[in-house]
Amino acid sequence: MPSLAPASPRYAEKAIKAALGLCAALSVLTTTLIVLSLFGPTLRFFGEAPIVEFFTKTRWFPTQGFFGVLPLLAGSLNVVGWALIFAIPVGLGAAIYLSEYAPRRVRKIIKPTLEVLAGVPTVAIGFFGISFVVPFLRDIWPGSFLGGPPGFFMAGGAALCIGLMIVPIISSISEDAMSAVPRGMREGAYALGASKMRVATRVVFPAALSGIVASIVLGVSRAVGETMIVLMVAGNNPKITLNPVDAIQAMTAYIGVTATGDIATGTVEYDTVFAVGALLFTITLAMNLISIRMVRKYREVYE
Amino acid sequence: MSEQETRQLKGRARLPAGGARAATLAGIGRRPGGQNRRNQLFLALLYFAVSIALLGLALILIDAIVKGSGRLSLDIIRNSPSSDGSRAGFAQPILGTLWLIGLMIVMVVPVGLGAALYLEEYADRDRWHNRLIELNVQNLAAVPAIVYGILGLAFIVRGPLGLGFILFTGSITLALLVLPMVIIASREAIRAVPPSIREGSLALGATQWQTISRQVVPAAVPGILTGVILAVSRAIGEAAPLLLLGAATFVTFNPEPFSDTGWTALPVQIFNYARRPQDAFQNAAAAGIIVMLVVLLLMNSFAIWLRNRFEQNW
Repeated sequence: MPSLAPASPRYAEKAIKAALGLCAALSVLTTTLIVLSLFGPTLRFFGEAPIVEFFTKTRWFPTQGFFGVLPLLAGSLNVVGWALIFAIPVGLGAAIYLSEYAPRRVRKIIKPTLEVLAGVPTVAIGFFGISFVVPFLRDIWPGSFLGGPPGFFMAGGAALCIGLMIVPIISSISEDAMSAVPRGMREGAYALGASKMRVATRVVFPAALSGIVASIVLGVSRAVGETMIVLMVAGNNPKITLNPVDAIQAMTAYIGVTATGDIATGTVEYDTVFAVGALLFTITLAMNLISIRMVRKYREVYE
Repeated sequence: MSEQETRQLKGRARLPAGGARAATLAGIGRRPGGQNRRNQLFLALLYFAVSIALLGLALILIDAIVKGSGRLSLDIIRNSPSSDGSRAGFAQPILGTLWLIGLMIVMVVPVGLGAALYLEEYADRDRWHNRLIELNVQNLAAVPAIVYGILGLAFIVRGPLGLGFILFTGSITLALLVLPMVIIASREAIRAVPPSIREGSLALGATQWQTISRQVVPAAVPGILTGVILAVSRAIGEAAPLLLLGAATFVTFNPEPFSDTGWTALPVQIFNYARRPQDAFQNAAAAGIIVMLVVLLLMNSFAIWLRNRFEQNW
């Protein structure tokens, strides 16, 4: 009886499979290397500056021996918080319009245009921040509102730019989630006499909620990790404040300013870069995992 | 069914039926004016949201054009960086970016395509290690760019690889940064090739690799290329990780990718000009941004053309 097994053992096929598997494993290796390269120096840093001090002290001035990370954390929170206040309504408004209201022709133009915004390099948005947004805000600032008028570096200016950067992320993922809501649910609501606005806000929006939350979480993750905009627009002034008028220093900006070519290895200052980087990586990792899980949830339900 | 039971059912159905009837009547009957106004207000808010986003994009472009158009001539790509803002150009930074991206493509395309082929064609999705790789790729796609810069600084510039501050370390770091993008795009392109193509090939006696290399990959090439172009356009604009890898220096000679004579790249040079307060440097930065955006626009248009031209409906 002829056998179905191949006539030769096909070693080459197996070698190819192994080589391709190795390529896939490289991505896991990248994560491993990121973790190793971040946490090695971070542990060394915590030998010099206790971890409790890192998370509780309110002053960040590494060259003077002050290692409280809270000002950097507050700086990131300040920018990201204001960015979200701008980006969530704009992004969700655009998503609802594109998914529920826009005629096909309009949608085919607006959607790719918004995606162009997502492809603009952040150094260009940062330039827009210092050459247009901040001067504009300084011009129109109402007197001493919020302790203003702002200086040349301000958290609020960076927040507007970052908000603009994450609008396409929020609108595009949310729109995908809303479009995935089955037509039957909309038609059922229309049959009961609901208006278009009711269908959008009471049927489609809740049904797509996990995708919408995922888009926002991913937007936060991008915003926290953005470097060039905060470096150029928000300044380098570690300070615990949520006032958009103030100059602040975000975590990423500290890394970008400190870890330029001429930093000496083995100093505590060098290690601070890794400690702040490890904190940043942990925050974004948590956000990414939440958003991946949320996206899976809506895909499971409707696709 | 006894008469009593029927009556009971009728009684039970009366309430929901009445509710449905009331709802229908309310829907068919004229809507109260307030609700109409609310609908219009809602739509107006949606228009407003879309316009704000589009306005933002338009302002970014207009601002760069207004400030940079005065410097737009061949000099902007021919001149070296200079301490005289009115003559400062981007010649060496552009060369640096070309080297960075060229070397990056050589590294990222084979590895990215290989990983995508493994995940789509070979991996058993129920095995834990394959699920780990998948989750890992998704997460890596959203790790901040500057974290890759730290990885490059600690592992490639110094530490185990110890290559020093050379342009090639920038290429490796950018390759790691866009690898997940290439993997995800290639996977989608490979998945779009219908199983019948593979089955036909296997039925004719081709081995799995013959099937993949002669049927699946050629059919997926447009999608893969689109993904690679998008990854390249992301890498061209990326400045943050390069700051950590020594690309902040003032370079006025042509870069050599493998020697530590100093190197820089277009977005880093834009950053260097942009943070100087003088108008001349601001204008030079804006002109550099226009050059960069035009290149990106051309690449993205090419990607869209490629997708439309070669998209197959199986």
